Order: sequence, then C-alpha cells, then structure tokens
Amino acid sequence: SLNRHVIRLRNIYTTPAACRDWVIPIGTEQDVKSDSYKKNYDDMSKLVGELRNKTEKISLGGNDKSRERHTSKGKLLVRDRIKLLTDPGSAFLEFSQLAGYDLYGKEEVPAGGIITGIGKIAGTECMIVANDATVKGGSYYPITVQKHLRAQAIARENNLTCVYLVDSGGANLPRQADVFPDRDHFGRIFYNQATMSAAGMSQIAVVMGSCTAGGAYVPAMSDESIIVHNQGTIFLGGPPLVRAATAGEVVTVEELGGADLHCKTSGVTDHYANDDPHALHIARSIVKNLNLKKNPDIVIEKPVDPLFDSKELYGIVGTDLKKQYDCREVIARIVDGSRFDEFKKMYGDTLVCGFSRIFGMPVGIIANNGVLFSESALKGTHFIELCCQRKIPLLFLQNITGFMVGRAAEAGGIAKDGAKMVTAVACAQVPKITVLIGGSYGAGNYGMCGRSYNPRFLYMWPNSRISVMGGEQAATVLATITKDQREREGKEFTKDEEDQLKNPIIARFEKEGNPYYASARLWDDGVIDPADTRTVVGLSLSATLNAPIPRTKFGVFRM
Amino acid sequence: PVEINENVKETQISKLLIANRGEIACRVMKTAKNMGISTVAVYSEVDRSQMHVQMADEAFCIGDEQGYLGMDGILNVAKDSGAEAIHPGYGFLSENAEFAELCSSNGVIFVGPPPSAIRDMGIKSTSKRIMSAANVPIIEGYHGEEQSDSRLLEEAHGIGFPVMIKAVRGGGGKGMRIATSRDVFLEQLSSARSEAIKSFGDDVMLVEKYVDRPRHVEVQVFGDHHGNAVHLFERDCSVQRRHQKVIEESPAPGISLRTRTNLGEAAVRAARAVGYVGAGTVEFVMDPQQNFYFMEMNTRLQVEHPVTEMVTGTDLVEWQLLVAQGHPIPSTQQEIFDRTRGHAFEARIYAEDPDDDFMPRAGPLIHLSAPKVTPNTRVETGVRQGDVVSHYYDPMIAKLVVWGKDRGSALRGLVRGLGEYSVVGLDTNIKFLQRLALHPSFKAGDVHTGFIEQHNEALFPDKPTEISPHAACRAALGYLLLEETPNTQDPFVDCSNFQVNIPSPRTIELTVGDCDVIVGITPLSDGKYSMNVNGDVTNENNDMIVSGSLTKDIMTSSMNLKTTIDDITTSEKMVFIPDSIHLYPTNGEESLKFSLPLPKYLSEFAASGVSGDPMAPMVGEIQKVLVTPGEEVAQGQPLVVMIAMKMEHTIRSPRDGVVESVHVAAKDNVARFDVLVKLVQAFNEQ
Repeated sequence: SLNRHVIRLRNIYTTPAACRDWVIPIGTEQDVKSDSYKKNYDDMSKLVGELRNKTEKISLGGNDKSRERHTSKGKLLVRDRIKLLTDPGSAFLEFSQLAGYDLYGKEEVPAGGIITGIGKIAGTECMIVANDATVKGGSYYPITVQKHLRAQAIARENNLTCVYLVDSGGANLPRQADVFPDRDHFGRIFYNQATMSAAGMSQIAVVMGSCTAGGAYVPAMSDESIIVHNQGTIFLGGPPLVRAATAGEVVTVEELGGADLHCKTSGVTDHYANDDPHALHIARSIVKNLNLKKNPDIVIEKPVDPLFDSKELYGIVGTDLKKQYDCREVIARIVDGSRFDEFKKMYGDTLVCGFSRIFGMPVGIIANNGVLFSESALKGTHFIELCCQRKIPLLFLQNITGFMVGRAAEAGGIAKDGAKMVTAVACAQVPKITVLIGGSYGAGNYGMCGRSYNPRFLYMWPNSRISVMGGEQAATVLATITKDQREREGKEFTKDEEDQLKNPIIARFEKEGNPYYASARLWDDGVIDPADTRTVVGLSLSATLNAPIPRTKFGVFRM
Repeated sequence: PVEINENVKETQISKLLIANRGEIACRVMKTAKNMGISTVAVYSEVDRSQMHVQMADEAFCIGDEQGYLGMDGILNVAKDSGAEAIHPGYGFLSENAEFAELCSSNGVIFVGPPPSAIRDMGIKSTSKRIMSAANVPIIEGYHGEEQSDSRLLEEAHGIGFPVMIKAVRGGGGKGMRIATSRDVFLEQLSSARSEAIKSFGDDVMLVEKYVDRPRHVEVQVFGDHHGNAVHLFERDCSVQRRHQKVIEESPAPGISLRTRTNLGEAAVRAARAVGYVGAGTVEFVMDPQQNFYFMEMNTRLQVEHPVTEMVTGTDLVEWQLLVAQGHPIPSTQQEIFDRTRGHAFEARIYAEDPDDDFMPRAGPLIHLSAPKVTPNTRVETGVRQGDVVSHYYDPMIAKLVVWGKDRGSALRGLVRGLGEYSVVGLDTNIKFLQRLALHPSFKAGDVHTGFIEQHNEALFPDKPTEISPHAACRAALGYLLLEETPNTQDPFVDCSNFQVNIPSPRTIELTVGDCDVIVGITPLSDGKYSMNVNGDVTNENNDMIVSGSLTKDIMTSSMNLKTTIDDITTSEKMVFIPDSIHLYPTNGEESLKFSLPLPKYLSEFAASGVSGDPMAPMVGEIQKVLVTPGEEVAQGQPLVVMIAMKMEHTIRSPRDGVVESVHVAAKDNVARFDVLVKLVQAFNEQ
C-alpha cells in the first residue's frame, strides 16, 4: 500500500528535487471484503439512497398538474431557469433541499417552495434565490422566508451578488403571523437587499411571474431588474384589491403591472424580456458588467484528487454512531492527495488537527477522534489561533459526544478549557465550514462550531444526529432522577415503569435528532452524501473566498 | 532528338511579374522562387490582403477589381518593378493576343505563345481550318460566313441531327445550344445568338455534328523557340457541370495505348501547325469508340495542369519559364514517355452550393484546413483561413491533386483527401465531389460529359430525415470535451455540472439538416458518459457508453476527436465555431454539420431581416427592377433582375401580394440577404 502511494506521489511531484517534500499520505487500504466493511457500506448506501429518493422527488417541485400548468404558459421550471442563468457546466451548490420536509403536516412544500444556491454566472459566483411557482404558487411559508433569509445571510457573509428569480404570490396569508411581524420575517428580505446593496453586493431581480404586494419590493429594491413580457407582473395591490379599494375599477394584470407599464411608464423595471431565456440572458449580461474580481487572500495550489475513492467512506463510517473509527480515514478521502500535515499529533489525541488542501485551497481541519479532554480542547484552541493568524479557513468534522465528565475532568478544569475552545471558535474570523459526520451532542456541538457559532456553511451526513445529549443518555438521566424521587418517597420504580418513561424520550430524541428533522427546520444548509463531501466543501470554500478574510480578535481566555 | 536553333537568343529572367491572383499566382511564384527568380504580384483593391500578395517579393496595386484586365496598368508595373517577363496565369489576359503583342513591343517577355498562335486558335473556324490542313481530325460542320437561318438549317440537315450550334467566338459554354431535331433548330439558334451577342458582341454561329456521350479528352503540348514540340499525354476532363470541369484525371481511363499515342501525335501536329511556343492544351471530343475530333486549343497553362505534372514528373511552370528564356524543351518525347507513370486526379473545390444549381457563394472562410501535403498529395490554393472568397472573382477555393500507382489507389487517395478537407463559413462542393468520386460508374471510369445529369439521383440524394445516433453522440462528446477545462483550480468549473443530491443529466440539442435530435448525457466515472439520442434518429433504442479524447491541432484551428462508443473507436477531425460543430470522419464518410439551436431571442433577431420578402441570393448588382410600389404581383412573377458572379439571376415573388416598397434601383450594389422588395398581402386576403 505504501508502494501505491509512492507511485501516485511520483505523478504528483514530478521533479526530482521535489522528492524532499514527499510526505506519507494518510489513510489506509480498506479490507473491502470484510463483513464489517460490507455491512457498513450497505447501511450507509441505504441511507444515501433514501436521501436521494427524497431529494429527487423534492427536486421536481410541485405536482404534475401544477408543473404542467406552469410550463403550458411558456414558463420554464425553476431548475431549468437556474441552468440557463448559470454558466454552461457550472456546478450548483444548492442549499437546504429538505427545507419544509414533513413540517406542515399534510401540506407538502417541496424545498420550502424556493430554490437557493450558489452557481457561477458570467464567471462570478452568485447567490441565486428562485421561487418555485409550482409549489403553492410560490407563496411564502414561514420556512420559505427563513430559507430566503438564510440565502441572503450566506450572500452577505461571503460577499456574493444576489440574483432573485421572482415568481411568487407573496406571503402565505393563513400563516401571516409566522411570516410577517417578527424581525426575521418577510420585511427582513428587503432590509437585507438595501443593506447588502449598500455594502456593495449587487441585487438583481428577474420578474418571471407575480410579484404582488410585499413581493413587489423585491424588484423595486434591486439595483437592476428585468421583467418578462406577458408573464411578469408587479403591483402592490392586484386587480381584486383595486376593484375593492376603488369604486369598481376593472383592470387587467398586464395593464396594472406588466412589462410594458414598468419598463415604459413606471420605471420599476429596467429591462424588457420576451421570454424566460431572454430574461436570464439579460441577467447574465448584467452580472458580466458588474466589474467584479475575486481576490482570494490565500495561496491556491494545483488541485489533486485524494488517493482513495470517496465511496469508501460508506464502508468506514457505517451508520452505528457508537462504533469508533479513525477520523483520519475520513480526512484521507476528502483532501487533496490525501495529504494531511498533522499538528500536535501526540497531544490531546481525541482531537485531530492539521493542514490540508481541498481543490488547492488551504484548510485547517479539526476532527473528533473521541470525547474531548482538557488537552484536546487546549490543542484545538491553539490550532484555531494558528489558522486565524495565518488566515487559513477552518473545516470542522464533527463526531462528538461531548466534553469529558467526571471528577477528575472537572477538577482538571475541563469547563474552562472547553470554554477556551468555544471562545476561539466563536471569535475566529476565518471562514468556518462544519460537517456533521456523526454525533453532535451537548457542548461538543459548541466547541466544534455548531450552528450557533456562525459557520459559513453547515452540512450533515444522513447518519448524523444532533441533540443536547444522546436519546439513551437523556432517558437514563430522567429515569435516574425519577427513581431517586421514588426512593425518597419510599415507592417502587419498576422496570416496566422505567421503560414507559424512557421509550418515548428515546423515540423523541431519535426523531428530533434526525438530520431530516434538522434540515427541514434549516438547522443546517443541507444533508449531503458523504461521498460528495469533498465537492460540497470545496464549492463552499470557494464561495467563502469572495469575501476578504478579516483579522481575528479573540475574547478573554479563562486561564 | 532536340533541335537547337542557333539564332534563338537566350535571355535571363531574374524578375517575373505574375498578372493573376489566387492559386495560380501562388503556384507560379512557388516555381519562380525555386528557380531563384524574384516575383512581383499585382493586386486589385479588394485583394489587398490576399495570399498571392503576401507571397510575392513585391506587390503593386492595379486599381479596382477589374485591374487584372488592365493591360497598361500591368505593363507599367512591369516597367516600374523591372520585371523582364509577365506570366499571365489562366483567365484574365492569358489568351489575349493584343496583350501579348503589347508586351513584346514594350520589350517584356510574355510567358506564353506568340500572338499569332493565340489569334489563330482564338477563332474557332480558323483553328479548325488549320487543324484540318494539318491532318488533325476535326468534327464535320458548317463554318461558313453565310448566316441566314435557312442556310444554317440546311447545313444542319446535311450534317445530320443532333447538331451543335455554337458561337464562333464562344467559349465556356456560352452561346452554345444543341438541336436534337429539325423542329427545335431555329428556336435554339436564336437563343444561342442572343446569348452570344450578350457575351461576346458577335453572333456568328457554326453548326457541327453533335457527339453523343462525348468525352472531353485534352492533350498537354509544349513548344519552344527552336521548333521543338512534344506532348505530355492526355487528361480526361469529361465530368463537367454547367460546362465547367469538376474532376480531371490523367491518363484518360479505358483508352488504349494506341489511342493515347494517336492523340499525342495529333496534338503535336496541331501545335506545330501554328508554330506553338510554351504550354498549350489541345482539346478533343471523343466518342465511345475512341474516335476523337479536334475541338479547340487553349493557348495557356490550364487549371488542371497539375495532374499532368504528377504523372509525368515535370514542373510545367518551370518549363514555361525556361522556354520563355529561349531554352529548348528540357525533355525529349521519349524521356517524357519513360518518366510517365501512375495516375493522378484533380478535384476542384469551389465555394458553391451544388444543391442550388452550383450557385457560387462568397464569404469568409471561418475555418479552412486541408489534407496534409505529401509527395503524392498536392493542395493548390490561394486562400487561407480567415480570407474572404470574393464575389468579384472565380469562387475556387483550392485544387486537390492526388497521385497513385494506379487509378484505384489515386482515387482512394482523392476520396481520403476530400474527407480531410474542411471548410466552414460557406457552402462548398466537397460532399458532391465525394459522392462523385465514390460513384461506381466513376470508379469504373465510365465517364462522359453528361455524367452528372445521368447520375443525378445518386449525386444529389434526398436530404436524410434521420441520422445515426452514433453521429449525434460523437458531436455531443466533442462538445463536452471542448467545454471541459479541467484543473482550473476553480471547483465550480472542475466539478462540472455537479448538483447536490440530484443527478445532473444534461441534454444537448443538435440539428443536422432537417433532423433535430436531443442527446441526453449522464456522466459516469472515468470520463465515460452514458448517452441516449432522441428525435430524428435511425434507431430509437440507443443507450450508449461513450468516451473519448480531443486533441488540438496546432497547425489549424481544427481538433482531432476520438470517440469510443460501446468499445468501437472512430477518429475524425472536428471543427467548432460558436453555432455549430463540424465532423470530418477519416473513413471517407461525408462530413456532418451539427447546428446548436440559437436561443429564440437571438434567432428572432437574426430572422428579423428574413421577413419572407424577396432577398438578394448573393452579392451582386441590380440590373433591372420590374415592379413598382402598389403593383399587384403573382407568385413566381419576376420582380428584379440582378447580375451576380457574372450571371443573371431573376428574383421572383415568393407569393401573391402587393408591392409595398422597392428597396433597390438599377446599378445598385446589394449584399446577400438584402431585402429587394417588400410585399404585403393582397387586399382581398387581409
């Protein structure tokens, strides 16, 4: 196996002088014929298959009838619009396909009724926010608003141009209380447009369908806007409202807010398109003329594939979170040339830290190899300081049950050492990307850059679980407390009673810790196939480099 | 044995003016350079950046596009540049006795025969008389001065129908008609006369026997100032369209050595009879029994001279220049005979549309790449990629000349060479030439001047309504490989078409002629693709595994595409321009043009000029406008007459309607697709 590495390395480092810099890559050949590998592989394949089934169904959008009605008007489906908007061959880093999954009971809102993601337009990475009018007419459910806002947040953090493909009936009226009044509700969309435009991120709207009431502000608040003739309409109040508000004034939608009106008379839109492809073509030329240049703050090298097939991750990781494996095997299947320059390897070895490259971009990786001890936390803190000092983006591979508990640990100051790591993670200004590859429990979630710590992107593998602690553990804690209480009252606590108490808690934790439950509520940016991790992280990293990397100023570290 | 006349003065040509353009100018310069002679090009204003100008040591502008006919202008250049000799090439002034005389009176060598020979051979009746006297077989006919209809009819009756009516000063098929019977004679006569008047200002006609299934066989001759004359065997130029040669070969297929010798000897007698000096061609018409009759003599180097050079191992331009300097012919007849071997073909590649009655085309050569030149393959051309084929001159792009040990191998070489010839930007006759060269009757050497008409169906097949899914996959693969720019250090490009959690099949829409197909593509691992082609395809069930590679040819802008479909690999040349993919298979199959559909917003714009109103089919000059605004016109009614490519075109109404406006007037110059007349629907249809 070493031989194979050396041969491959020769191909990578071609000059004889470079052999001095040869390193032994990480990762080992897997015994693919072993029962445990095969079982792991099958289990994970099943999960990934399930994920793909769900997302493929979601990717269709609304039902056949509504899609048929949509296309019969000469409109393109939302994904076809995105294809035409982005550069030929561009990857599309889509977020939160599972948004709204199983969230509104019988009402299905595939992908939350809105598609968001980063794609290249005229050579520039842009945030695309596109309503899917085949889903409830493109109306904004609470999750739709959240997904729209999350896309804008990503755009803001990463300094991305926003292109809105608008085709929406506006807020979902029956749910207006969860859509309208609060800070992070509908109005925030326009607040973001204004402040992002102020910060230099162009806001471009393509009106390809309705833009009613509040929705009218999307094009109106944009830097430049396009409208499709006989298709796009913008008005604050539609014909029924006009009729009610005035003494029965009858007006058609096109007269009230069509392309001719807005391009020739009102000036609400700037560009007149004949159809969807034409509008998207105009949008591309607008982006082309933005005079943008990506200036990465880092040294990018020639990308090299990992030495191992990424599908081997299935056989290594499996779906049993209790099973231990060396997280370096995961790193070996994600990073360039499976090359990992490890930091402080022999100290605090439950946390693995080191430098790698993904698609040529430098990245500092922090990965769990067990429960966090004081040493592990100190090492992690040190490593985060290094990356911030050197402006190297951080990748967290989370598989963590938490920090060590017990007398010795507490006495050793695990709380303050954990706090140091949490401080470092919270304050780090370099781009942070988190992937939940296993469990994400308790304070481990904080130390490993959970959602609250503002990673630029957070993804979950389908086998991962997220909760304050494991379901079994939580049930046991509650059972122990109940048992103690009963004992104080001199009552008996039977095995049956214990099961009755524990089982619903375990079931509930299992349900709520599930990645689909999390993703439906936008606790992440998407559930991904482990085999796609390198690609998704690479695309995400690339997106982060659109914004300059600021200097980090850390808070007080409790010593 | 070579005769040497001591009285002939040898001169030296150290600088040569080439009074021509295009491939022949380049061809002459090549030899001149080899002989250490410096070259002077002349060019018209529209030819400023042409290849012959670039190739020459010096180049002089000689005015507008008619400049190549300006005798004084060219002679002035000769004087100014100090050129001792002028090579006229073919066409233009090459057979102009007046110019030859003007040269000699100005002390400039005219590389060609004496003016007297040009003059003798320029008038058909005179040339026939001389030939008849020299015992060269001629075709029976009436060449008399009395030109009354009745007399000509009487003579025609005497010769026996069918007869040919021909203008005495005619050439190139102009002023020529065939009368198959007494009934149509007078009608054909008047038609020939009016054309002759238009073309030559002279309507004197001759009538002669019409040979059925004639072959056009011509003999290359050479004479010198010492009184020597030799022949370099014959060429068969029978395959013609609109009386212009398409493919020429030497030797003529299926002719006995005896006939070849007789032909050659007759041609030498002809040359001697007029005291011929330099390169000339004696044209004969030959019947299926191999009887041949003198037709005319061309007193110049012919377009198709390279086939003779290839089989006889000579450089005829070198010979011309040597003879012009007073040298004797470099080889004896016996030496020529000993040296002659193998077989050669020449195919003329024209910018024209065979499906549109070989209508000439002008325009830019967006892509041009020729087969590799080898000792057996010559490419004679005067244009390069990026040049424009001008509508002012002959639209020939190149001559492809191929030699082989025998007719079969030469023909195979020709077919291969044609397959490797790629021209993008304007229509060419390449596919037509391929069909011709592959036709069984042509392969069998069964050629005659009516060959193209006879095999019309095979040479002009119906446009296919379905294409092979394999071809579409090859084009799609080429497109994908072209698009791929791996290792850009940009994951959005490197992870091409990646989508999170959902497959990313792609579709590419392609159009070939009337066939529309959609290729569905799913990337597999290791650079392989699974493809499926729907639409107008020959085989509906066509899931294929496709892979391959694309290498750039640094010499041209073409690429080499290797495609493996279900483990069968094919190789071809690929050319990509923004709206189309062109494939040139190396196995001799015809090239394919795959158009990528334009988005509607572009095609609507492109089509805004194509309103269905009558347009100019090509660049040209308006001769007559036949309608006025407000006039009601019927479908097919002539609207405008224009002259383009030296030919008259009548633009007819595409439908019934009323003339709304006329956009041109007589003498206007128009570009291709210019709208000439705007029509509105007739009132009653509104």
